[in-house]
Amino acid sequence: MAESVTSDARSVVLGRIREALADKPPPVPVEAPHRRPQPGGAAAAALFAERVADYRATVSRCVPDALRETVAAACRRHGARTLAAPAALPPAWVPAGCEVRVDEPALAIEQLDAVDGAITGASLAIAETGTIVLDGDGVSGRRALSLIPDLHICVVDEAQIVATVDDAFVALADSARDGRPLTFVSGPSATSDIELRRVEGVHGPRRLEVIVVA
Amino acid sequence: MKDGFPIAARTALADAQLRRNLRVATHAIRRKRAQVVGEVEDWEALRDAGRRIKDRALHELDAHLEELEHAVSARGGVVHWARDADEANAIVTRLVREAGAREVVKVKSMATDEIGLNAALAGAGIAARETDLAELIVQLAHDRPSHILVPAIHRNRAEIRDLFRATLPGTDDLTDEPSELAEAARRYLRRQFLSARVGVSGANFAVAETGTVCVVESEGNGRMCTTLPEVLITVMGIEKVVPRFVDLAVMMQLLPRSSTGERMNPYTSMWSGVRAGDGPQAFHLILLDNGRTKVLADTVGRQTLRCIRCSACLNVCPVYERTGGHAYESTYPGPIGAILTPQLEGLESATSLPWASSLCGACGDVCPVKIDIPGVLVHLRGRITEQQSGVRAERLAMAALARVFASRRRYEAAQAAATRGRGPLRFLASLPGPLRAWSVSREVPVPPAQTFRDWWRSR
Repeated sequence: MAESVTSDARSVVLGRIREALADKPPPVPVEAPHRRPQPGGAAAAALFAERVADYRATVSRCVPDALRETVAAACRRHGARTLAAPAALPPAWVPAGCEVRVDEPALAIEQLDAVDGAITGASLAIAETGTIVLDGDGVSGRRALSLIPDLHICVVDEAQIVATVDDAFVALADSARDGRPLTFVSGPSATSDIELRRVEGVHGPRRLEVIVVA
Repeated sequence: MKDGFPIAARTALADAQLRRNLRVATHAIRRKRAQVVGEVEDWEALRDAGRRIKDRALHELDAHLEELEHAVSARGGVVHWARDADEANAIVTRLVREAGAREVVKVKSMATDEIGLNAALAGAGIAARETDLAELIVQLAHDRPSHILVPAIHRNRAEIRDLFRATLPGTDDLTDEPSELAEAARRYLRRQFLSARVGVSGANFAVAETGTVCVVESEGNGRMCTTLPEVLITVMGIEKVVPRFVDLAVMMQLLPRSSTGERMNPYTSMWSGVRAGDGPQAFHLILLDNGRTKVLADTVGRQTLRCIRCSACLNVCPVYERTGGHAYESTYPGPIGAILTPQLEGLESATSLPWASSLCGACGDVCPVKIDIPGVLVHLRGRITEQQSGVRAERLAMAALARVFASRRRYEAAQAAATRGRGPLRFLASLPGPLRAWSVSREVPVPPAQTFRDWWRSR
C-alpha cells in the first residue's frame, strides 16, 4: 500500500515538473570544470599550511624520517597516549610510547570514544582553503574513526596537495563514482552561533593537528 | 495566512535588544563575507557558473531527478517522492517506526523546518533532537528560527546562558562565555549522538550523476548525524539537484564564502547510497515538491529555485536588519523569503511579503547564484495586484507605482515631485491598509534637495 502511494507521488511530481517546463526553457550547456590552473605539491605547501593555521589548527612540516617524532610531539601537546588508526596506516607513522588501536576488526563507538585521538592520512588536501579530504578508504579510515575521538592527527604528503577547490573535485570524481564517502575537513569543529563569535570545538574533534610530509 | 509582515515588523522594531543583536551580527558577517569574496579574483565568473549550473538542473529537472534516483538506488539507497509536507512527514514517521526508534537526531535542515517535521514526529510519539547549537537553542526556548544560517541570531549570550541554566542538567555555574556555552551543548548532546539509531538531515546539494548527497556544516553534528546512526533519512527539496559531481566545485566555493564568510566551512559530508562497513547501513532519500513545481512554472519566479540558502541576502538587507526574521512569519526570512514563501505557499497566503523590501538591490548584488531578487519582488507584486479583487490598497499603490516607474522620464519626474514635497513617491506615507501599517513603522525619508540623477546630469 505504502509503496503504491510512493510511486504515485513520483509520477505526480514528475508530471508537475514537465507541465511547469511546458515553455521549454533553453537547455544550458554542461559547465566546463573551471579555471585558474595553478601548481599543487611543493609549490602549494606553504599556502596550505598558512590556511590551515588560519582555522587555529596546528600545522607541522617535516621530512619523512622525522615523521614518527613529529607525530610524537603532536601527541605530547595534547597528552594523547592512545590513538585509533585505520588498518592501512604505515607502522612508521606510529610514535614510540603511544598505544595504537587498529580499526580492524572495526572498533565499537564506545572504544572510539575512549581513545585520546585518531591518526589518519588523507585522500588529498586543498591549498587555497586549507582543507583535508578523507575518502573513507585506506589511510583515510572509515568516517567514525576520525569523528568520535577529540583529537585528529592527519598526515598529508606534500604531493597530495592540490592548489584549488576545482582541482580537488576533478581529482575526487572517481572516488565519488565509486560511492566512497568524502569528508572535507577545514580546521577543528567550530561554531559561530552565539553572537557570531567563533568558538573552536563543538561536536567534532576539537583539536586538529595537520602534519605535512615532504 | 501570512499578510502580517507590517504588523509583525512593528513589534520587532519596538524591541531594542533584538535590533542591537541583529545589527552586530549582520554587520560582522557582512565584513567577513566581503573579505573572503574579495580574495577570489574571478568571483563574478564563479557566480555566473553557479547560475548556469542551477539553471541547467532546473531546465531539465525531471531528467536530473530520475538520474539521481537511479544513482542512489544503484548504490543501495532508497528514494521516496513526496508531493507535499504531509506526505513527506508520513514517510519519515513510517521509516522511523520501521526502525523501531522513538527518537531521532537531526542536523539543521530548512526543508524539515518547512514541512514541520518535528511537530509531526512529536504527534507520532517520536522525539526529534535538534543538534545544531543554534537550533538547539531555538528548540529549548520553544522559539522559532530567525535566520537561515544563524537561527538564534536574535539571542545574545546572556539570554542563552539563562536558557541553558534553566533547561540543561548540571549547568548552574555556567557563565555567558561562548566557549563554555558550546561545551555545555557538547556534553548534553554527545550521549545522544553515540546512541542514536536514526539520523535525519536535509541536503545542500545532491549530484544526479553519482547520487552524492552533500551536507555542509561547522560543528560536527552533521557528521555525527549522517555517520553514526543505523538508519539515515534525508529530506531534500527537488531543486537541490546539480547535474555533475564537478559542479560541486563551483558551489563549494560560492556557498561558504557567501554564507559564513569562510574560505571553507569546517566540515562537508558527502555520501552516495550505502557504504558497507562505514556509516548507516540503510539510507532513505525523500524528494520533496511541496510547492516547488509551482515556483518552476512561473518563468520569471523560477530563478528563485537556484537559491542555495547561503543567507547573504539577509545580512545585507536594511529591512531584515531592522525587523529580524520572525516578522516574515516564514521558514525562509529576508529577501529570499519574501520571494520564495509567497511562491511556495501560494500568493494568496503571503500577500504582504513582496512589499517587505525597499528594492534597494543589495540582495541581488550579493546573491552567489545571481537571483534577481528585486526583479522577482516586482514581478510578484504585479501578480498579486492582478489577483486582488475589488479596490485594494496594494492595487492602487502598485498601479500608481507601476505608472511612476514605467519610464525613466516619469520616474525622474516623480523624484522631482517628491523632492518638492508632493507627488506619487510621497503618497506612500498616507496610504490606507497594509501599506500604512508598513509606513508607520518607518520614517519616510526626506527627499534630498537634488536627486542623484539631477546631480549626475549637471556634472
